[in-house]
Amino acid sequence: MADFLIFALLGGIGVALVAGPLGSFVVWRRMAYFGDTLAHSALLGIAIGVLFDINFNLAVVSCCVILALILVSLQRQRIVATDTLLGIMAHSSLSLGLVAVALLDDVRVDLMEYLFGDLLAITPTDLLWIYAGGAIVMLLLWRLWNPLLAITINEELAQVEGVPVTRIRLALMLLIGVVIAIAMKVVGILLITSLLIIPAASARRLATSPEQMAIFASLLGVVAVSLGLYASWHLDTPAGPSVVVAALVQFLLLYSLPIRRAA
Amino acid sequence: MSQTELIKIDQLNINFGENRVISDVSLSLKRGEITTLIGPNGAGKTTLVKAVLGLLNPSSGTITRNEALRIGYMPQKLHIDTTFPLTVERFLKTAAFSGTDDQLDALRSVKAETLLKQSVHSLSGGEMQRVLLARALLRKPELLVLDEPAQGVDINGQVELYNLIARIRDQYNCAVLMISHDLHLVMAATDQVICLNRHICCSGHPEQVSSDPSYIELFGVPGSENLALYSHHHNHQHNEHGDIVPLAEDQHSNCGGHH
Repeated sequence: MADFLIFALLGGIGVALVAGPLGSFVVWRRMAYFGDTLAHSALLGIAIGVLFDINFNLAVVSCCVILALILVSLQRQRIVATDTLLGIMAHSSLSLGLVAVALLDDVRVDLMEYLFGDLLAITPTDLLWIYAGGAIVMLLLWRLWNPLLAITINEELAQVEGVPVTRIRLALMLLIGVVIAIAMKVVGILLITSLLIIPAASARRLATSPEQMAIFASLLGVVAVSLGLYASWHLDTPAGPSVVVAALVQFLLLYSLPIRRAA
Repeated sequence: MSQTELIKIDQLNINFGENRVISDVSLSLKRGEITTLIGPNGAGKTTLVKAVLGLLNPSSGTITRNEALRIGYMPQKLHIDTTFPLTVERFLKTAAFSGTDDQLDALRSVKAETLLKQSVHSLSGGEMQRVLLARALLRKPELLVLDEPAQGVDINGQVELYNLIARIRDQYNCAVLMISHDLHLVMAATDQVICLNRHICCSGHPEQVSSDPSYIELFGVPGSENLALYSHHHNHQHNEHGDIVPLAEDQHSNCGGHH
């Protein structure tokens, strides 16, 4: 097997592993549109990274986190409904990113690579970022697992029981920002949310506990990445979208099977 | 604060923007006492409870809590998304560091021990309330706060639930603060009734209140057909600014008069 295929597979697996548990939170907390908005802002992060010569990954994470903070403070002021606000921020940050990239005429940024991912172009340095970032995310998730579950069940109940709700919520946003930054290489800005939510939604079909759902989501994600990459190699289709199609097929299969929901 | 006093609220005011939702409320919650909050919709009952829980900050006035007060809270309704796979056991486990024995004990004290392995999504309204109560008990609370505990529970279940709350108070020797619409049902198990309509309209021991002729007018006769409906009378009315205007014909009691 060619080196780039191994790198692609390892990178995809790394991202799928962290996307499982975080994607579960995105599904439970109905944050799909929120994740989309953060992902769309990633291109702006790239543009800023080019402009100020910052590491792209760092630039994307900071951009996501700043956007999340702005979002939370605007949400509190209740100027418009949250979904309207998310729509405005998602598309304007994507457009701002596209305009900014176009204005940087001395640097060529391959837009397609960022919008739809370039799994086959993953380098060992990218792998390092994926696994280092992924390890930090997993560690934090493991440490914060119970409070995260508690605020997902009910934020007021959690606060009365002594959970620092605001800090935990911010931590979750930060984690989603990191995952977006590392997943961008694999499926691209426009398809990141699908990698978060489709395996998690499929896993719901099989899971009877939150932990099970997170683990199943990771495993289903790994299978989707492998299948997608295999299809991409043999059918010469784009890798990122092929992974998403594989995840969709899993989802459809699982939901058409007669499985009784136990919890 | 005295030994038995767990929470003391002094001249509490809470504003939402320009709107004053809690006005000049003072009360105290004592160990072993059940306090019931009643009042019409929009009277600020839930707001007051949230202030007691520390979820809302007062605009003015003070809330003094006993140091390291352990509060068990049972919210009015708990909506858990159906995408969240959760058994009763796992739900109780997110509450505190509790062993299976503690969980079974708590479920036993609410008579719901058979539910441990069930999905929370399959519970009936009454079963869910019991599980929520069990979760609040897991914290071995000194103060138990219940926001309309009987919501979605049928009338027989309600009587049972209020008896259960009284038993829990005896068992845990905790203070109980609850919101209720079901006056007749809670009367027997309540030490202090507070009638709230942004401010405290009247309050007192139920027997004390019930010896007052205006009590019948205010709460109706237990068991009569206006069980669910009660008419609300005051010794004052509110003008269009929400200010309190005493009524001229008010005479014999602090609960009498006309609204």
